[in-house]
Amino acid sequence: MIGYLLSFIILGSVVYSVFAGTPAEISNAVISSGADAVSLVLTLAGSMAVWGGIMKIAERSGITDGLTKILRPFLKLIFRGLKKDSEALRAIAMNVSANLMGLGNAATPLGIEAMRALEREENPGEVATLNMIKLAVMNACSAEIIPATVAALRAEAGSSAPLEILPCVLLVSFASLAVALTVAEVLNIGRKNEL
Amino acid sequence: MSFSVFAVPIIVALIFGWGLYKKVNILDAFIEGARENLKTAVGLLPTLTLLMLGVGMFRSSGALDAITRLLSPITDALGFPSECLPLTLLRPVSGSGALAILKNILAENGPDSFAGRVASVLMGSTETTFYTIAVYFAATKVKKSRHALPSALAGDITAFLLSSLAVRIFLGFTVR
Repeated sequence: MIGYLLSFIILGSVVYSVFAGTPAEISNAVISSGADAVSLVLTLAGSMAVWGGIMKIAERSGITDGLTKILRPFLKLIFRGLKKDSEALRAIAMNVSANLMGLGNAATPLGIEAMRALEREENPGEVATLNMIKLAVMNACSAEIIPATVAALRAEAGSSAPLEILPCVLLVSFASLAVALTVAEVLNIGRKNEL
Repeated sequence: MSFSVFAVPIIVALIFGWGLYKKVNILDAFIEGARENLKTAVGLLPTLTLLMLGVGMFRSSGALDAITRLLSPITDALGFPSECLPLTLLRPVSGSGALAILKNILAENGPDSFAGRVASVLMGSTETTFYTIAVYFAATKVKKSRHALPSALAGDITAFLLSSLAVRIFLGFTVR
């Protein structure tokens, strides 16, 4: 899908450049795009390595586990109807804390584990339950305490304060998460028998 | 402002301090985490090369500017910087593509410009929605994801509408 989209964009750009008289500019873009990609990855790699290292310390020292315990009661309000010692709820809490800590590598496998646990506990067949929808939706909305990747790109572009966006990111993340979960809940009204 | 300046050093200090207190092998842990993420970053490179080619050609041909100008009456009415429009369109579909566009917006407008800030907030507060929903349901036997995608997209639209407002509130009304 991305392949088709990009081919279309590239063909369109070439056609446009013929009419707009920008063939020299587009040639330069072709030549420099590889170097641009490498420099982008270098910027990202540096910051990702630093945060990966720091967050691994957090994981091993039990900070992620602690966060999981703190989050459980709140998550119980969102993911309702699960058993008291629910395996799924435990996995969901771990998934959410990994997301908050920016541990993308750890969060996805935990989230998938949580999804499978929900499937075992709620036995939905081929139709998703509300809790499954909520878990997928939560992961499709970013909730990171420190937006490290964006900050690294800002620093590289010469920002005087790469992290000044932090309060904005927190506000927008949680507002969009709240809206997404509310919509998930509202669209489920009248289908309570499907959990 | 002061809050965001202290957030990172405090979090880093807490993590290292707690790690020492819990007798974690700091060196081992850090190196393992750094190695994992370096692998991920390098793994992004082939995809990003293609995306940089597409985004670079699109921008340098002048087509991106033309589309941005065409849609600017709508975005202006919403108080949204039209330069960020390509980012909103690509963000839910492709994470690497969004990174390539963000890098471009930051280079063109400056990271501390209104557009640069809004693009950063948008990137930091959203995810690759389509990919995430697909991956999560692919792990189960569920075939009907029902309203999962519409709900997640409602979140994306909220982020899109709120990002410029949040930048105005927290980083000042006098933009640019």
